[in-house]
Amino acid sequence: MSDNNKTVVDIDRSVYDIKDVENEQDFYRMEDGFTEDIVRKISEEKHDPEWMKEFRLNSLKLYNELEMPDWGPDTDELDMNLISSYVRSKTDMKGKWEDVPEDIKNTFERLGIPEAERESLAGVGAQYDSELVYHNVKDEVADQGVVYTDMESALTGEYADMVHEYFMKLVPPTDHKYAALHGAVWSGGSFVYVPKGVKVDIPLQSYFRLNAAGAGQFEHTLIIVDEGADLHFIEGCSAPKYNVANLHAGCVELFVKKNARLRYSTIENWSKNMYNLNTKRALVEEGARMEWVSGSFGSHTSYLYPMTILKGDHSTMEYTGITFAGKGQNLDTGAKVVHQGKYTSSLISTKSISKSGGIGTYRSSVIINKEAKHAKTSVSCDSLMLDSISRADTIPGMDIRTDDADVGHEAKIGRISDEAVFYLMSRGLSEEDARAMIVSGFANPVSKELPLEYAVEMNNLIKLEMSGG
Amino acid sequence: MSEQSLLQVSGLSSAVEDLPILHDINLTIKAGETHVLMGPNGAGKSTLGYTLMGNPHYKVTGGSIIFDGQDITNDSPDKRAKAGMFLSFQNPLEVPGISLGSFIRNAYHEQTGKPVKLLQYKKQLAEAMDLLTMDGSYADRDLNVGFSGGEKKKAEILQMLMLNPKLAILDETDSGLDVDAVRTVSKGIQEYQKKKDGALLIITHSTKILEALHVDYTHVLVKGHIVTTGDGSLVEEINEHGFEKYVRCEGCDGCSPLK
Repeated sequence: MSDNNKTVVDIDRSVYDIKDVENEQDFYRMEDGFTEDIVRKISEEKHDPEWMKEFRLNSLKLYNELEMPDWGPDTDELDMNLISSYVRSKTDMKGKWEDVPEDIKNTFERLGIPEAERESLAGVGAQYDSELVYHNVKDEVADQGVVYTDMESALTGEYADMVHEYFMKLVPPTDHKYAALHGAVWSGGSFVYVPKGVKVDIPLQSYFRLNAAGAGQFEHTLIIVDEGADLHFIEGCSAPKYNVANLHAGCVELFVKKNARLRYSTIENWSKNMYNLNTKRALVEEGARMEWVSGSFGSHTSYLYPMTILKGDHSTMEYTGITFAGKGQNLDTGAKVVHQGKYTSSLISTKSISKSGGIGTYRSSVIINKEAKHAKTSVSCDSLMLDSISRADTIPGMDIRTDDADVGHEAKIGRISDEAVFYLMSRGLSEEDARAMIVSGFANPVSKELPLEYAVEMNNLIKLEMSGG
Repeated sequence: MSEQSLLQVSGLSSAVEDLPILHDINLTIKAGETHVLMGPNGAGKSTLGYTLMGNPHYKVTGGSIIFDGQDITNDSPDKRAKAGMFLSFQNPLEVPGISLGSFIRNAYHEQTGKPVKLLQYKKQLAEAMDLLTMDGSYADRDLNVGFSGGEKKKAEILQMLMLNPKLAILDETDSGLDVDAVRTVSKGIQEYQKKKDGALLIITHSTKILEALHVDYTHVLVKGHIVTTGDGSLVEEINEHGFEKYVRCEGCDGCSPLK
């Protein structure tokens, strides 16, 4: 259709943009920048065990030595000297929703967090800036022996040894510059342990909210699903928009033991001043299964490629992702998988939508090592550009070192076809509805992987209202 | 109602990217009538279907289209659909992520503005699919995605039966179909004919699909002109002799319709 003033509008994010400014003075805010002095102060504030203090300082050293990533979107506008590494609200973590301070509670209530907990979650953690403000697990889940707590409590509590054993072993600070930064200044996040054979029927959720301007959020998520256990974990993230850059350099480490299954779903809706330089990785043992569902809607710039290491024989992974790059956004997303065990299989399926000059890049890497006999992989990536000023790139990499791998790859980049719009209109749909139907149909393979409430949230995020109609 | 024409096309000309395709088309269809539009490849038959339905790629350069008493010459396709016009596409588009069943329900809701009664809708859909020998599972499959040529055409006829338009334009619905599929599609068209005052404009260049259908008028389109109009027997004649005698006259500019 030639009528240019009818387009899919940007995601309506007004509910996420509600700021909580007046109370910011009450917050403890670390001075900006990343120095040894600052790292020592964070460690002190957080009452770290000695090993953690050393870990932080070593990580900082690495951070200063490592080079910036040499691929992906430009991060020149991110001035690390203007980022505060640690912002703590005036409250301690609460176990009861009523005890969370009113203003913070209001923010989460607007985002629908407590409702979701009541209706469909086994446990919820809510992080506000650098620290968790609320954490709760339903009794029946706790009774099964499931541990779901904030990282700080885990570090000194009953599972301290386990945390010490696993913390940043899968994503070591040497991995890349922002992993090193994370190791130095991490704060908040969740620790989950599901004991052998325990199946958690309803999902656990963490919600990360970065409220303070010019702050960084560096939460650490560590999940261990023991042999034969089963878990679905959901994380949601949002932040109000500021005119200064914010930084998110979180880290997610997932250990999926023999014959276990973990599904990790993310709805990410950071504001458009956010640099989202996040690292996620899963180690999958024999016969185990890792499933990722990922929706990336927000941020100014993203580098996000969840990685799966199929270590054990017969281990499998599936990655389903969607990225929506609107005006001013440069989102570089995808997935990485390493096949190590025999008879391992991976399935990567991504969708990317770009509009109003947004740039969506799909980047993936599949590595099948020579030990990984009879490995199987299938990669498919579809991109949809909604106008002629947007951009979609596809950079799939494959490194196959066996001669018996079963490899499939499919990539499609397209625009909304005028003929398809006409076809739908000829059945009585308005032009706006026709376009919306095509876009939501395109996103459907991802939304149908999400629990209903989150599929609804995602559809709200891809709010396909039309302007100028 | 039968006295008043449902579709009144007067002096219609249209072009694609400044290339004139249709010239001075006059066509009147009354409620309940079945018209056949024939002509050799490239005559502009599909262009007429698209122009009537309002494909923005096809620009009206002259004349008017009156449908059910309203001038719809400049209306968008969705308005025409809501007024009761339907086009069965020659090459139906594939739309991933939307099931055939929910798409028809959506369209039905858009056209009637009424909430769809789910049970009744499902029953009706199942009956229509049965008539067209479509497996019920197609309702849950993505719209036309991975459908064979025959399945796509059946899905178009299914939409026609469910949406029950006042005028259905069928663009080459028989092309690329095997004998059995043509027969099935024809059965669907007969079902539509049986319904009250449903009118048809069947665009085709073969005659197989017409064998079991009652035809009121036949028009022959050559080089963007309707060169002759007759009754149903014209179909027989073309079946025997082809378009040769109509095509031959193309050399003379402004060629008058043959007797």
